Amino acid sequence: MLSRTADNLFWLARYVERAENTARILDAANRLAAMPIAYAGESNEWESAVAATGTLGLFKSLGREATGESVVDFLAFSADNPSSIRSCLERARVNARTVRTALTSEMWEAINGAWLGLRDFNRLGDRVRLNAFLTYVKEASLRFDGSAYRTMLRNDAYFFSGLGSFIERADNTARILDVKYHLLLPEQESVGGGLDFFQWSSILRSVSANTAYHWVYRESVKPWLVADLLVLNEQLPRSLSACYGRICEFLDELSLAYGRQGPAQRVARSTRNRLQNATLEDVFQGGLHEFLTEFIGENSRLGQAITDQYLA
Amino acid sequence: MVVAFDEMGSSGDSCRPGYEVLKRWLESTPPDLLTTRRAEAELLFRRIGITFNVYGDEAGEERLIPFDIIPRILTKKEWAVLARGLEQRVKALNAFLADIYSKGEILRAGHVPEDLIYRNPYYRPEMAGLKLAHDIYVMIAGIDIVRVDPDTFYVLEDNARTPSGVSYMLENREVMMRLFPDLFAEQRIAPVENYPDALLATLKSVAPRSASSDPTVALLTPGPYNSAFYEHSFLADKLGIELVEGRDLLVRDNVVYMRTTEGPKRVDVLYRRLDDDFLDPLTFRPDSALGVPGLMSAYRAGNITLSNAVGTGVADDKAVYSYMPEIVRFYLGEEPLLQNVPTWRCREPDALKYVLDHLPEMVVKEVAGSGGYGMLIGPTADKKTIAEFAAKLAANPDDFIAQPTLALSTSPTFVDSGVAPRHVDLRPFVLTGGDKVRIVPGGLTRVALKAGSLVVNSSQGGGTKDTWVLDA
Repeated sequence: MLSRTADNLFWLARYVERAENTARILDAANRLAAMPIAYAGESNEWESAVAATGTLGLFKSLGREATGESVVDFLAFSADNPSSIRSCLERARVNARTVRTALTSEMWEAINGAWLGLRDFNRLGDRVRLNAFLTYVKEASLRFDGSAYRTMLRNDAYFFSGLGSFIERADNTARILDVKYHLLLPEQESVGGGLDFFQWSSILRSVSANTAYHWVYRESVKPWLVADLLVLNEQLPRSLSACYGRICEFLDELSLAYGRQGPAQRVARSTRNRLQNATLEDVFQGGLHEFLTEFIGENSRLGQAITDQYLA
Repeated sequence: MVVAFDEMGSSGDSCRPGYEVLKRWLESTPPDLLTTRRAEAELLFRRIGITFNVYGDEAGEERLIPFDIIPRILTKKEWAVLARGLEQRVKALNAFLADIYSKGEILRAGHVPEDLIYRNPYYRPEMAGLKLAHDIYVMIAGIDIVRVDPDTFYVLEDNARTPSGVSYMLENREVMMRLFPDLFAEQRIAPVENYPDALLATLKSVAPRSASSDPTVALLTPGPYNSAFYEHSFLADKLGIELVEGRDLLVRDNVVYMRTTEGPKRVDVLYRRLDDDFLDPLTFRPDSALGVPGLMSAYRAGNITLSNAVGTGVADDKAVYSYMPEIVRFYLGEEPLLQNVPTWRCREPDALKYVLDHLPEMVVKEVAGSGGYGMLIGPTADKKTIAEFAAKLAANPDDFIAQPTLALSTSPTFVDSGVAPRHVDLRPFVLTGGDKVRIVPGGLTRVALKAGSLVVNSSQGGGTKDTWVLDA
């Protein structure tokens, strides 16, 4: 297939995934901000939401103050923010339109419909509207993923869009965990206190893993167990480990189809091996933040390797 | 105002051949049902996303072309006459292009003035002396046809560059078959669905001699912002070929490749929907970011076929059009089967004088214009517009031709006030391959939705309808 087509599919999937993740982050921030003031403490949930999307630098450079309103606008609608939900869905739709012939009609209708529906959410008057919008975005992404899963041929088009989804998902999971871990543990706050509980729950909620946590650990929410779940647990579909399982699978399929392996396969395999062999103790010993920073770097190197090998 | 010839025969009980089933159906169908079906059709088009972009229209970047649910019908006999004429015309066009880019015999014989060709903005000196595979210049032609009475079809213009609209022909049929299966069951309507197959076979048949027995064909588009992008992606999809942009292609040692996930892949035939000017920044416009550097040298080396060939725009020229009867006679030694609309060439002083004296009755067109832009329609223009146009015409007479206002035929059309006659034209598509000529029965019927209007171009608010050629 054309490199540009593969590139468009890869980024189409990334944008859809990113839109969904941003919606989840906003959802979590919104819930936390609604907590009684005693629990909210000093930390600014709105700023941490921006940080979790990796756009804090941009946000600050625009001279904005982190309030509920400004953050919702920035993350959901702002044209200044290339990662805002609106920007993501718009770019996803441009990509989809360019490679329509490589999409199934269900996928096209999912993405075109999501884009058309954006018009109904130009401005958000209240929290109810915000919730409706976030639900809308999550559903749009589910519809896209679902139609891809159910209708695409299992060929390179499917593998490239799958790679886009999982690389983006891994990146988002790592960022959410990193930023929250960083921001959520003010020194005076004891681990396991009330604030802590709500905030770690919010992380889980933002990746839809609340119930999963309780199934796996059968105890109250603890930071290191949350990290274990999101980093190492292969059963959780958003964990770094699970994402890399899928990434390696797709890359293997590609090398099988094309009869050739390359740097992308090697980079992915080495990251997966590291994740598979790591224990929670290893992760925390070197520092969770350091671990995640390194992971985010490796993950983006993989993106680059895929680009060089297939998409350029 | 002359009463136009109606394709169905709208006056009284009379009904023209071919329309019996439709007329009965229209009379027995309540208007509500038509309204419902029209809404369903619009929904289908919207869902599929069959849109076109209007340049300079910021509000509606993508628009639907209005679709009329009442088909236009041609009998098998009428079509046979048309098809023969079309084939003849395109054959002559190809011979003409081959000639003006080689010996120029028709010019030396004095049938067509030299300056009209050599000073034509679409004439490409780069093509002179180039021997094309199979000697075919126009593989895909869209010939615009109008009808003025039961027996007279005129060619309104020849589109020999990158004619568009065939996706509408196909989608219109698709939608009609979904909405009105009964009408199809009651009579035999010639299928158009095989157009993509015919196009692919045509394109493969003109591959360079160096290509393998299964040549690689790709469709070159300017990209998603082009007004016809929908059509480009639609066709690539139906043909099962790659839809490429300039940046997807590269030229190495005079061979054209596309960049794929498995490395460079050789391309043999490029169905390009990009104007000459933008094809190759090394040969034509240096500022073109849409083209492929080196494409022309690969072309000249005979390593790729471009469809249509470079420089075919000369044949689109409306002044050249006026010589088509001579062109047909000169190359084929036959009388033209399809007539031209009587045309005054304003470059000729007598003609110019006549045109200036009769402006309010005439349609005046720019010779290099298209899409209904830059024309004067005398009968509907006000005095001021006519005076302004007269000045333009007097200043640059070479740029214009003039034709009488024709009473274009009308076809029953479902508009807000009900079923009413509206003017139509027809664009059939003629495919010329190295092996044979293929013409799918039908074409794109365009309809002027405003009462009395003669302008059918989609950029000017015209619509389309399905075209049925009866098979029996």
